[in-house]
Amino acid sequence: MKIFVDNRPFDVHAGQSLLQACLTLGFDLPYFCWHPAMGSVGACRQCAVKQYKDEADKRGRIVMSCMTPVTEDLRISVKDAEVSAFRAGVIEGLMISHPHDCPVCDEGGECHLQDMTVMTGHNYRRYRFNKRTFRNQYLGPFVNHEMNRCIQCYRCVRYYREYTGGRDLDVFALRNLAYFGRYEDGVLENEFAGNLVEICPTGVFTDKTLKHHYTRKWDLQMAPSVCVHCALGCNTTAGERYGSLRRIVNRYNGEVNGYFLCDRGRFGYEFVNHKDRIRQPLARKNGRLRPVTRSEALSQLRSILSGAKLAGIASPRASLEANFVLRALVGPERFYAGVSEAQYRLTAAIIELLKTGPAHTPSLREIERSDAVLILGEDVTNVAPRMALALRQSVRQAAFRLAEKLHIPVWLDHPVREAAQDLRSPLFVAATHGTKLDDVAKEAFHAAPLEIARLGFAVAHAIDASAPEPANLSEEMRALASRIAEALKGASKPLVVSGTSLNSQEVVDAAANVAWALCRIGKPASLSFTLPECNSMGLALMGAKPFVEGMEAVRNGEADSLVVLENDLYRRTSRENVDALLATAQHVIVLDLLANPTTAKAEVVLPAGSFAEAEGTLVSSEGRAQRLFRVYAPGGDVQESWRWLRDMMAEAGRQEATAWETFDDVLGSTAQAIPAIHGAVGAAPPATFRLAGAKIPREPHRYSGRTAMLANISVSEPKPPEDADSPLSYTMEGYPEQPPPALTPYFWAPGWNSIQSVNAFQEEIAGPLRGGDPGVRLIEPRPGNGYRSCVSEAFVARGEAWLLAPLYHIFGSEELSPWAPAVSELAPQTYVALRPDDASRLGAEEGQEVEVQWNGTAHRLPVKFRADLPAGVAGLPVGLPGTECAGLPVWAKISKPL
Amino acid sequence: MATEKVLTSNIRPDLSYVDIAAYESSGGYEGLRKAMTLAPGQVTELVKQSNLRGRGGAGFPTGMKWSFVPMGADAPRPKYLVANADEMEPGTFKDRLLMEGDPHELIEGMATAAYAIQADVAYIFLRGEYLLSAERLRRAIAEAYERHYLGKNILGSGYNLEMHVHLSGGRYMCGEETGLLNALEGKRANPRTKPPFPQVSGLFGKPTIVQNVETLCNVPHIVKNGPGWFKSLGKTQDSGTKIYGVSGKVKRPGLWELPMGTTVREILEAHAGGMRDGLKFRGVLPGGASTDFLVADHLDVPMDFTGVAKAGSRMGTGTMIVLDDHTCPVGMVRNLEHFFAQESCGWCTPCWSGLAWAEKALSAMEDGQGQPGDLAHLEHICRLCAPGNTFCALAPGAVEPLQSALKYFREDFERHIAEKRCPWRSHE
Repeated sequence: MKIFVDNRPFDVHAGQSLLQACLTLGFDLPYFCWHPAMGSVGACRQCAVKQYKDEADKRGRIVMSCMTPVTEDLRISVKDAEVSAFRAGVIEGLMISHPHDCPVCDEGGECHLQDMTVMTGHNYRRYRFNKRTFRNQYLGPFVNHEMNRCIQCYRCVRYYREYTGGRDLDVFALRNLAYFGRYEDGVLENEFAGNLVEICPTGVFTDKTLKHHYTRKWDLQMAPSVCVHCALGCNTTAGERYGSLRRIVNRYNGEVNGYFLCDRGRFGYEFVNHKDRIRQPLARKNGRLRPVTRSEALSQLRSILSGAKLAGIASPRASLEANFVLRALVGPERFYAGVSEAQYRLTAAIIELLKTGPAHTPSLREIERSDAVLILGEDVTNVAPRMALALRQSVRQAAFRLAEKLHIPVWLDHPVREAAQDLRSPLFVAATHGTKLDDVAKEAFHAAPLEIARLGFAVAHAIDASAPEPANLSEEMRALASRIAEALKGASKPLVVSGTSLNSQEVVDAAANVAWALCRIGKPASLSFTLPECNSMGLALMGAKPFVEGMEAVRNGEADSLVVLENDLYRRTSRENVDALLATAQHVIVLDLLANPTTAKAEVVLPAGSFAEAEGTLVSSEGRAQRLFRVYAPGGDVQESWRWLRDMMAEAGRQEATAWETFDDVLGSTAQAIPAIHGAVGAAPPATFRLAGAKIPREPHRYSGRTAMLANISVSEPKPPEDADSPLSYTMEGYPEQPPPALTPYFWAPGWNSIQSVNAFQEEIAGPLRGGDPGVRLIEPRPGNGYRSCVSEAFVARGEAWLLAPLYHIFGSEELSPWAPAVSELAPQTYVALRPDDASRLGAEEGQEVEVQWNGTAHRLPVKFRADLPAGVAGLPVGLPGTECAGLPVWAKISKPL
Repeated sequence: MATEKVLTSNIRPDLSYVDIAAYESSGGYEGLRKAMTLAPGQVTELVKQSNLRGRGGAGFPTGMKWSFVPMGADAPRPKYLVANADEMEPGTFKDRLLMEGDPHELIEGMATAAYAIQADVAYIFLRGEYLLSAERLRRAIAEAYERHYLGKNILGSGYNLEMHVHLSGGRYMCGEETGLLNALEGKRANPRTKPPFPQVSGLFGKPTIVQNVETLCNVPHIVKNGPGWFKSLGKTQDSGTKIYGVSGKVKRPGLWELPMGTTVREILEAHAGGMRDGLKFRGVLPGGASTDFLVADHLDVPMDFTGVAKAGSRMGTGTMIVLDDHTCPVGMVRNLEHFFAQESCGWCTPCWSGLAWAEKALSAMEDGQGQPGDLAHLEHICRLCAPGNTFCALAPGAVEPLQSALKYFREDFERHIAEKRCPWRSHE
């Protein structure tokens, strides 16, 4: 429809607010309380415009653009003198108590309040009375609190309470003394609290990890990156200075993470800077690993490689390209996936289900828009955190439908919530224990993995009678299955979420049957599987052989030497297996980032570049191939794993390796060799890409200190490193306008220094980025497969033993993030979870140690009560020191130690 | 002229409790009985025809408000009726008289109104300090349940209504109809976005009518005696009687039920007895603290919605606060702005920031710290808080006494600044 802004006609989409329309059109209209992901509430009064009845109306009236729907022929003025003065008056009111601490404030230089103040033209202070002041709170290791800077826009509590469902941050008191904090000092409980740093338009909530090595946004060298702490592939912007990674912020991708990250993704980055990073080659001499030069290492490798029968252990946390060069080095026959047997089978099965079945794998945005959800066997918040935030929004679909019926625009946030109250779209959670999504679930079902699978099969059968039905279903379960089936059938966009967390083929099959049954009755069902690591999907698409076969090959002498790529094998199988493997192999070469039990047993260790020091392609659990770029050229001998592997090939006299000069060379060979990932080439433009003949600068145009920062070493300014691998440069010079989305190193627009400058990069506000959201989907459904056959045997609790179910922790279970001090502070100590009645049967109090025996080994672990475990099931945290490779679920004996 | 008392006819001089028997014997619950013989829409129609306008301050036509409530089998349920008894406006105490003096009148009015909109549940949202009202309303509600004026199958009609008294936690914002709804839901008493109006999406998201106590008390009389009778009670085009109140340094502060449209002069002089000896009248806030001052020129203005609006103010609740010549107008306005700044919910910027600044500037003036630019700045704050610029009506109401004081008593403000003192304060 058409609207008139200062008498100029514009075409805008119906159904949005005037503020959204004006921002999409590129008008500089200031705002605070509005947020594109959270809609309008009309609190700050900053986005006022003049609205006119018609062409003849010269007087007009002031309206808040965020609260005004666009209508045909709407006439407004942004420039009108009266409304401009009103906006300046509002910001003057907001600023009366704001401290004059911009030069020492962490937000300075990327502060939305600064930007808006400049935008309105308010520049003279009339307020002569005392400012109001507050006491700040300790909010944990991630987020810093400085309440004096608050302008009462209410975004933080709206985000924390209404958007994420958090309970422990609130607004207290009123008038000009509204206090935004916790009821007492303490760690913010919500897993998405870090987004407050970006939600807050000024410096009340800032990144505490950044504070330890503070750098202004304009002084950061930045690159587009992808989070490596789970398989969802959230897009991030990583920033560096002085050779260390300083912070991660959200990089908007409309289809994936939108505006938000989880705290593991935002704060886990500090592993890159850890003192235990492997920064130069190590070689074993006289039984001990010692640092050697690059050429020493390569010459040692040359002698190892000559005549060795190599087996390569690939990595689900290394890029497609690194894995591919490993495959080239060792040959496809000896290329093994370094994942557990269960993960290997399951991931392969998942790809098969997604490629040969009719259900489509959804993006996070599609998940957010699902109107009925069944979660089978996943603790989503702890495994794929950002997906949990999307699922939490999905239950609002019912509220949006109600709002439409009541003629309330869906972006009018509070009226929608007030009308809907507790009305939610159906979400069902079936898990081995209570999850953080249970509070918005219609029903939560806590049972052993087998029972979860049986429930899923029963739901599928209830939807489509031709789907197999498990035998001996209890009446209760049959009734639950039919309630779930009804809810899914009644939806227009039903979704089934499952994954590999329970290591259960039955659960995954059951999930597929539910989604397929929905497709069979004509519902466009989505099917989403969580995977454990950032490139689990990519590795599985490469067709590596299972790790067990690799171990067997070494055992029977088919291979005598191992090349282990970015992988701690002790997380993949039992200690005995790995010990035996590493002892049997004549030579063990490991490429990795950090010292771990596997590197400790290597003969040669090569320093691999982390995500911040290497480019690469990762495939998310959605099946989306995404490119990440080097943020900075690593110092010393650290280089990308693919380059090390290429160098090894060259040392071994393999001519084809010499063709792989640049990243694009390797990517091209990778895509050509493996049809399943052919599309990955399109994830980002090639290194030859130029805008107006120029590269894209990683450094903002205000980057400071370039001539000074190394002056203590030499006053001659060093030449910036070349980057032959991407269209990005390590300088501040280059094409100043917007690059393609996959190459956007940071968001900035004239007058918009904060992260909210993303407005200027979107086709429409909160819509896709200009040029399309980054990433190439590699997996699309293909209708036609028959149902998976179902399990019929039920779970039977054993009196003398417990089934140890895996318990995932957002902070602790993943491999790399606990190396970040802030994350490790929140990671739990290892424990065994028992139902209180089981514990009392054993005579164990909470916190007391018990002896837990599984797979023939005994562990003494403190007891933690969890009343939400089903009978006969105990829980063991995954990935914590001491329990890395338990291979859960497993039957265990638990006893009170003497 | 003898005034017909309608709302206050049962109220006893000693303000003792009027029980249900006494209420019935003077014709009580006849309005409700009659309403039950009519279709709900007919009751609304009678109220529409009577031209009854809300007595809580805004003066919105009551029948029209009810007609926005979805009716019929498809209407969302439950529907709610809420009596706004959170009488927090400074200078206003009229609803308290009605609730303490004749609680059954409110209950009958609510049952009748609830029937008209087919509400299922009714709440009396009562100011927290009105403990006597609470006690008497609860007692009266129990009596009404016993006689089947409330509860299931009221008077054999098949209509059901539950009624509860809810004591407010106590904030001015709770008197704003949507702030009240949030408070009743157990949330912060912040105002809500309108539209949607409570008639469509109100308490717990369901259709809701929020109505002032005095408004509701009129309803049974209108149903019983007809809209024509009700219209004939008023002196001007606004119908009915009105409970007017006067506070300030007059001889007889108090409340009187008088025909709508009685002049300011008659209320002040004939009923309140004029100014105390030795004091001169300077101005009056006609309808509570959040209305613009009227001055001596306006004494013959009829106290009805149109008359007071024409004079540049609002009738508001019809309870006046009188300013005399021995009281500092700046001090009076400072006290009012202190109240409003303190009662701001903290939601929208002009209100939480502007009112706090206005209070500080006025306090400085009173303390001899005023500066030449202060008056222009206060006027700027008044414009910032104009209707439409803020989220709800609190701030526009809050600046009404300030903007009109700046207009009518400007020389007094200027003297504060020029003399660097408050001329009304004794000086040591």
